[in-house]
Amino acid sequence: MDPVRVIEIKKSVFEDNDKDAAALRNELRHKGIFLLNLMSSPGSGKTTTLIRTINLLKDKLRIAVMEADIDSDVDAVKIKEATGIPSIQLHTGGMCHLDAEMTRQGLDNMPMDDVDLVILENVGNLVCPAEFDTGSSCNAMILSVPEGHDKPLKYPLMFSICDVVVVNKMDVQPYFDFDLDKCKEYIRMRNPKAQVIPISAKTGEGVEAFASWLLEAVKNWKQR
Amino acid sequence: MHELGIVFYIIRDVKKAAEENGVSHVNAVVMNIGEVSTIVPDYLTDCWRWAADKEDMLRGCELRIHTIPAVTHCDGCGGEYATVEHGRTCPLCGSENTWLLRGNEVEIKEIEV
Repeated sequence: MDPVRVIEIKKSVFEDNDKDAAALRNELRHKGIFLLNLMSSPGSGKTTTLIRTINLLKDKLRIAVMEADIDSDVDAVKIKEATGIPSIQLHTGGMCHLDAEMTRQGLDNMPMDDVDLVILENVGNLVCPAEFDTGSSCNAMILSVPEGHDKPLKYPLMFSICDVVVVNKMDVQPYFDFDLDKCKEYIRMRNPKAQVIPISAKTGEGVEAFASWLLEAVKNWKQR
Repeated sequence: MHELGIVFYIIRDVKKAAEENGVSHVNAVVMNIGEVSTIVPDYLTDCWRWAADKEDMLRGCELRIHTIPAVTHCDGCGGEYATVEHGRTCPLCGSENTWLLRGNEVEIKEIEV
């Protein structure tokens, strides 16, 4: 039998993806396209929040949406019907997250010439999407009231990489033991820079604040 | 919960390294996994067995995990302490101004061929 040979590799599993993501971010910067990576648990109200937000912003920005799910195209169809903006559906083929390469493939299938803002609705999951940089200009997440105010403690990485945390379903807060002040405190412990915006995508309360935040973020990024 | 996805990345990198070194079969892959990397070692080895056996180059290849203990540095007192035991608050001075020094690794250390 041949003697065992050891080949040293010493390489992070995320290294290639981090490089792809940096390259994509650079490319989008040149094209002037702001990519928002929106993450959350399944059922937190990402799609409903997006529909409200897009309807507030579609006269001010040229927007396109990329939906990522393990299967089905219900979200992409819903967005297109409710807002009239272009949306495409990506399937991750069982994968729990989207990486930079998949994001690029998605973008290649979109009309990108006249777009200011692409919103990527990532797979519903608070763990894996946080580890894989998509090449986005900005990371946002939605936490909904029924999930509980302790989630920033349980999923610290997700909360530490987000520029903004939207707290959705505020309309049902009276029925849950959700403490918004505690939630803000826990988010600040993980990420002092994160903005926290309470909303109800159902009633529309607070959605304007999120839309304004996003509009500002896109404007500031374009000026940089 | 994302161990299978991670396994696909490991397979891609290992195959690339093996090809670059003109190797046709890999006997073992050694990983450095940090204690707070969110990887569950048992899930990773289970997913590995399933996925690696589908690749000619990696059939029967063993995945060995080398755990890196997590250590946090405290800016309050300059001390270092075990992250898993004490979390983000420094047990030496009570400061919350702390950051992870190591323990977040998901790294391919070496391969045996």
